[in-house]
Amino acid sequence: SRAAGPVAVAVAGEVAGEKKMDEEEEREAVFYRLEMLGYRVGQGLVERFSLVRPRFTDTLDIIKFLCKDLWMLVFRKQIDNLKTNHRGVYVLTDNSFRPFAKMSTEPGGNAVGRAQPFLWFPCGIIRGALASMGINATVQAETAELPGATFQIKSITTKP
Amino acid sequence: MASAKAARLGEEVWKSRVDKVNAELVTLTYGTMVAQLCKDYESDYLEVNKQLDKMGYNIGLRLIEDYLAKSNTMKRCVNFKDTAEMISKVGFKIFLNITPTITSWTSDNKQFSLIFEENPLADFVELPDDGRAQDELWYSNMFCGVLRGALEMVQMQVEAHFISDVLRGNDTTEMRISLIRYIDDEMPVDDD
Repeated sequence: SRAAGPVAVAVAGEVAGEKKMDEEEEREAVFYRLEMLGYRVGQGLVERFSLVRPRFTDTLDIIKFLCKDLWMLVFRKQIDNLKTNHRGVYVLTDNSFRPFAKMSTEPGGNAVGRAQPFLWFPCGIIRGALASMGINATVQAETAELPGATFQIKSITTKP
Repeated sequence: MASAKAARLGEEVWKSRVDKVNAELVTLTYGTMVAQLCKDYESDYLEVNKQLDKMGYNIGLRLIEDYLAKSNTMKRCVNFKDTAEMISKVGFKIFLNITPTITSWTSDNKQFSLIFEENPLADFVELPDDGRAQDELWYSNMFCGVLRGALEMVQMQVEAHFISDVLRGNDTTEMRISLIRYIDDEMPVDDD
């Protein structure tokens, strides 16, 4: 489907609206799977690499571990900016997200749209890592301009 | 290229021209993926082997370009023995920092084995304990596909498969590689 131009897609859509729906569902299934794979990897990473450090004191401590140590481990750099509303929402900005670093961005090529699928696996890693440190959260990611990416973490329940 | 020279080249490229990534991240990611495949194909391990090989093949088709760019070897391998040296001492070295041992050549010099003393994919791995995975799953089968895909892009059709794996309780992890033929340059049929 990657080779099909917009015209081909439009025609195919008219011929079989049903098929398009299937494709959409298939994409969703792929994203779900990527996220779950990331989740398991995130869990594993924390199990392995949090052993040697002191016990976490609070949620912010955990988020900092994520932004510094874990990000370094996975992406070989740290998160550039961390913002929080102090009510369980954290926004992590990476100005030069590694997986995007070598993507080509031809004009009109919808590079941002094409880069989006690469965010699911990292989202899963974050969610899995947080889960094994006792934080249940939803994680969403977006990119406005390559190679930047932002990750929004909303903790569902925080430890007392 | 002579064996020692290939080893020096591999070492040099690994040291100076390769972006490194955490080994455990690779191990975990690969393991998670294999586990997911086992789930998706409901423990049909023969199918999982096939899928891993196919994924590897698609990686190999593109990885060869990176290999050629990084190793900067402009010269063609003079024979299949030369190719084996480059696979072990340059290819595996620059992408995984290992050099599998080349052994067991057939007398026609068309088949050899790679013995993996180290295998970064398989660290901390245990196969499913269902009585079948030990006999049926080739955990690192992606490697076979990578070699098949990469060599195809440089005009060699090969067949590669594992014949033993320490994960299965064997003494060694051994892959058998056979040269089927050198692919001639062919013109596309309807291109005049």
